[in-house]
Amino acid sequence: MKRSTRVQYLGFGFLYLAVLISVLALGAIVYFITVNGIKVINWEFLTQVPRRAMTRGGVAPALVGTFYLTISAILFALPMGLACAIYLTEYSPKSAMVNVIRMSINNLAGVPSVVFGLFGLTVFVKFLGFGVSILSGSLTLGIMILPGIISAAQEALIAVPQSLREASLALGATQWQTIRKVVLPTALPGILTGVILSIGRAAGETAPIMFTAVIFYTRGFPKSIMDEVMALPYHIYALMTEGTFPERQTMIAYGCALILLLLVLMVSGLAIYLRQRSRKYELT
Amino acid sequence: MPQLCELFMKLNNEKIIRSAFGGLALASLLFLIGIILILFKEGLPIFRIINLFEFIGGKAWYPTADPPEFGILPLILGTLWITVGAMLFCIPIGIGSALFLHEIASFRLRSILKPIIEILAGIPSIVYGFFGMVIIAPFLQNLLDIPIGQCALTASLILGIMAVPTVCSLAEDALSFVPKSFREASFALGANRWQTLTRVVIPAAGSGISTAIILGMSRVVGETMTVLMVAGGAAMIPTSFFDPVRPMTATIAAEMGEASVGGSHYHALFAIGLVLFLITMAFNIIAELISCNFRLKLGLGR
Repeated sequence: MKRSTRVQYLGFGFLYLAVLISVLALGAIVYFITVNGIKVINWEFLTQVPRRAMTRGGVAPALVGTFYLTISAILFALPMGLACAIYLTEYSPKSAMVNVIRMSINNLAGVPSVVFGLFGLTVFVKFLGFGVSILSGSLTLGIMILPGIISAAQEALIAVPQSLREASLALGATQWQTIRKVVLPTALPGILTGVILSIGRAAGETAPIMFTAVIFYTRGFPKSIMDEVMALPYHIYALMTEGTFPERQTMIAYGCALILLLLVLMVSGLAIYLRQRSRKYELT
Repeated sequence: MPQLCELFMKLNNEKIIRSAFGGLALASLLFLIGIILILFKEGLPIFRIINLFEFIGGKAWYPTADPPEFGILPLILGTLWITVGAMLFCIPIGIGSALFLHEIASFRLRSILKPIIEILAGIPSIVYGFFGMVIIAPFLQNLLDIPIGQCALTASLILGIMAVPTVCSLAEDALSFVPKSFREASFALGANRWQTLTRVVIPAAGSGISTAIILGMSRVVGETMTVLMVAGGAAMIPTSFFDPVRPMTATIAAEMGEASVGGSHYHALFAIGLVLFLITMAFNIIAELISCNFRLKLGLGR
């Protein structure tokens, strides 16, 4: 065998190994969390409030809290992100301002999540006086997921064929009519994919809500948007670092981690399904 | 928002709509400026009691001692060690996976592997942290017979895995931008696939791949919950990968709750946030410059 062929075998072997490690990592995480988490998840776990210093009962308030935080974050970030994407792809004049906006979106995407937490603490909790609440937390989360929503929406809008826009404009439609009736409906699957992935991100983030929305334990369910809440990701952290019954708490944390993992798998699955469906649609 | 849309439709005035969208587009710029302003406003007061050099270069972080000491060198070094460790792990795996997807995988295999990488990217950092804390840390502790499982090594390992999807998908994008003609020319000269890959495709995609690595590093530096749970949390200057460390992000997350608002500890934590922000922003700008260059080089326009 030639030396170069041997090197090729060795090199390709390494590539197989690399991809195998990535797959195994996912496999290990899913396996350990599922096997342990499934033991504690039952109807009571999903619907009851925690009891006896977090060792009995369920995690329902954390589920509800995460639900509220995520939905409000999306409600805040989606209109703003969509408007920004529409402006950049449909209206944007080639100006310096647009480049500045593009750059700030990229930079915002790279800001560490804990820094968003500091921002939320100063602006929403302290300065605007919202206190530690669902409102503060979801606004902070909303700003964090904004760049993701903008770039997903931008990608979807760019993928809309130029000929569709031209056809609509040629029929006498104004630009806003074209965007609303032609471009947006065509780009909808792509935009939805981005939104769905952002749901996963918002639901799982901990650092931004640590100082802005969550506490370890609430007696019941949040009654208004100004209430502080429990949230699944923070609940995992709190269970692992506080309290006096580490073993029992670890099992409950496994349950919470499994719920988060299932959420992420569902969200990614849905996104992949949507993407493939829209691809099929394009081909036919 | 729906009422606002209704209003737009009734008005149906192109100019108004256009400027409304433009205004909303400015939001991300405003948020970025807001973040910068707040980090400076809340972080700078710490320099009334300590100068910049003592802050960055100080070897002791005892914010609650009397008198308190605010040297963040141990925290910076904690971040640095973990970042270096994570990249040692992440670069071969991430780039290797990207090359596999690009060069070896069939269409079918790709359509299975890409979602897997995507799901790895979607798993929340708290789940990685939890997994590291209950599975990886005890495992490494037994395997290597070290005194504490939550150390720089464990954190590097987990963060390395976390950054793989970022590095892999960006590097794969860069590889796919390399024109087919480059490969064909190389094959025509008698090079085999590996030679073509290492001497033609990788150099051509080089700056795109470096962008991928830099953005992966930026993710590792900014990661919070994972390091908070698996890095060990000791604010000491690390001497080996088996030492527990306390990176900058973990310090902010762990201590913000107990720092009194407006106190020097509070300002010190914001100043750490500022340092973190500047580091990640520098990474992003470097990545952007390199990728701009890259697109020009391959003639892809802007």
